[in-house]
Amino acid sequence: MPQEVGRQYKEIMGKYLERPSEEDLYVGQQFSRRFIEKEIAPEDVISIHKTALIELHPELQDEVWNSLDFLIEMMIHYGLTLREHQSLIRKQEAIQMEMNVATKVQDTLLKTKMPCVGGLDVGYISQPATQMNGDYVYFLNKKHESGVAVADVIGKGIPAALCMSMIKFGMDGLPDGNTSPQNVLGIINRIVEKSVDDSMFISMFYGKYNAEDTTFSYASAGHEPALHFNSRTGEFSELDAKGLLLGVKPDTEYEERSVVLNDGDFIAMMTDGVTETRTEEGFIDMNAIQNLLHDVKDKSAQQIAEHVYHHLAGLQNYRLSDDFTIVIFKKQPEQV
Amino acid sequence: MQEMNLQVELLEQNSVQYFKVVGEIDAFTAPVLRERLAAVENVQGLKAELDLSEVDYMDSTGLGVFVGFYKAVSANGGHVKITGLNKRLNRLFEITGLNEIIDIEQKESEDHNATL
Repeated sequence: MPQEVGRQYKEIMGKYLERPSEEDLYVGQQFSRRFIEKEIAPEDVISIHKTALIELHPELQDEVWNSLDFLIEMMIHYGLTLREHQSLIRKQEAIQMEMNVATKVQDTLLKTKMPCVGGLDVGYISQPATQMNGDYVYFLNKKHESGVAVADVIGKGIPAALCMSMIKFGMDGLPDGNTSPQNVLGIINRIVEKSVDDSMFISMFYGKYNAEDTTFSYASAGHEPALHFNSRTGEFSELDAKGLLLGVKPDTEYEERSVVLNDGDFIAMMTDGVTETRTEEGFIDMNAIQNLLHDVKDKSAQQIAEHVYHHLAGLQNYRLSDDFTIVIFKKQPEQV
Repeated sequence: MQEMNLQVELLEQNSVQYFKVVGEIDAFTAPVLRERLAAVENVQGLKAELDLSEVDYMDSTGLGVFVGFYKAVSANGGHVKITGLNKRLNRLFEITGLNEIIDIEQKESEDHNATL
């Protein structure tokens, strides 16, 4: 095969040397693709050039042949570097394939079911900044209650994703009657603390809506406070509760608080990808987020979540710098 | 390529390892900080002071570095103190509950970025 390429090269170059034209130069440039396709190394290209030139112009002086030999030596390391580069590309393609599979496994493994209890409208959006999401939303459904965990694993990508399966299986294994936010965080903290390395940790907000008395109880493990919109006063208040990040100290205790929800009230639970949105002008502040929520306070929970996402992602030209997650629990009149 | 916009200076004063950190701590620069701190974290009974008065931005990756350092130093009977947090950084330590376990000293007078 190289002989065939060499023969064609000679033909194209011969034509050009006879009568140099832009057209033939362009043909030559196109022909160089053949070299790349056939993985012919740079030093071999010069050899082919030399062979062709000997056949076309044997009368040339020794300096020309010697200089071409010299050039061949010059190209040897370029050739090696090129081969290394090609092998890296192949490896990268293999890794990318594995990543695609991992993303699918993550989606399947971490699947969650939207809650469905009377009087509660739920909506959420969780968008990763890179391929794998380091934010995690998981719903825990019981007959008259809906629990939700909103977590942010510090660190991104694959290690973060692996960490999340720990949360999920920890929550699935919770004994019945032990689902108060305080207990949930305490138990998950012990699981995480035993398993993660020292610089990895998780922030998590756990909230639970009880349909029987319309209260929302919550606890936080070092997570961004949630916002409560009170439809009677038209004002927001921050729902913060004391508690350390998961995975730092084994015997951490979590404060639990609760608030009663009236029709039209909603709770917005977010990760720092929302509250720490950074634009060219600086950070967005809490008031801006409250205004965004207020603008759509009468819409459905899903519409509220989407409105906030599109506005804030739009500010960053849809290139998120951090994983972005918002969950809305909205109290609506019970349907009869 | 993102510029590595972070400097870490180390001074030893009366047996306290004093680190002055200047710049932004994010996913790109955190490895630099982690490496500098890791060099001393296994010293028995280490007394470390981290001055962050010239850090105006830190994300959760940066927080991860401090948590890792705190855990390693505590395990070796040492002590970590963090000083000079601006308002935004202080909020980060408060929300995460880390202010309850790490010794944090707020130097109001040096808080250049309080208005940020």
